Amino acid sequence: MGNPLLFLFLAVIAVAAALGMLLSRNAVHSALFLVLNFATIAVFYIVLNAPFIAMVQVIVYAGAIVVLFLFVIMLLGAERLRALGTLSGADRWQRILAGLLALALVTVTIVALLQGDGAGSETIPLIDSSPTALGLELFSSYLLPFEVTGVLLLAAMIGVVVLGMTKKRGEDA
Amino acid sequence: MPSTVPIEWYVALTVIMFTIGALGVLLRRNAIVIFMSVELMLNSANLLFVAFARYLSDLQGQVLVFFVITVAAAEVAVGLALIVVIFRTKHSINIDEINVLKG
Repeated sequence: MGNPLLFLFLAVIAVAAALGMLLSRNAVHSALFLVLNFATIAVFYIVLNAPFIAMVQVIVYAGAIVVLFLFVIMLLGAERLRALGTLSGADRWQRILAGLLALALVTVTIVALLQGDGAGSETIPLIDSSPTALGLELFSSYLLPFEVTGVLLLAAMIGVVVLGMTKKRGEDA
Repeated sequence: MPSTVPIEWYVALTVIMFTIGALGVLLRRNAIVIFMSVELMLNSANLLFVAFARYLSDLQGQVLVFFVITVAAAEVAVGLALIVVIFRTKHSINIDEINVLKG
């Protein structure tokens, strides 16, 4: 749905930002390209009748996750890796193989898409995607997964606290 | 040019983004950038969920995106904590230097 020109505009920005993330030597630049990519995806969500998801995307991804990334990068001072010497032969093969795998994945998908009939009705009814509707769906059909997610978050939180603990002085390192 | 965007365009876009993320995991040596690439792959899957939710007029795709975002947040928190702990002992986050389990 949406305007094809808008789609192409956003798609170019999203792919360019993703490539920028992949190719930047500096990890901070990668994180900033990632923010740009997440922002374009948020605009896609608005176009696709998911305004609440778009806001969650901006708040959780751009607001929390990328800030966490930047915090850790700057905490460790790991913007650039130490050079490990020149590219070895194994590394070069790894790159060629990765490129071939990527090419295969894209080719298979494009071929599969071209085999589709391409049919689709011009007008698909808009559904109610307000936070109320989403909440009702979440707390009726998806109540058990929701609670399991709560346990997962608790486990992650405890795990992070345990990992972050430093041993007291006096104990053996 | 069609008057509206067919679903195939969204599938193509998300596959390209997913492939870039997978390439990042395969090619980069910085553990933090590898985590960012994983986030990119999760995001492209999310975008496809929302696109299909729109084209099928079904809210369930949007609900699933919430779960993916939650799991991604938990994964990033644990992963970055692991990276910090590894950095404390190895003083590097180059994955070529992190190849033994012994601390």
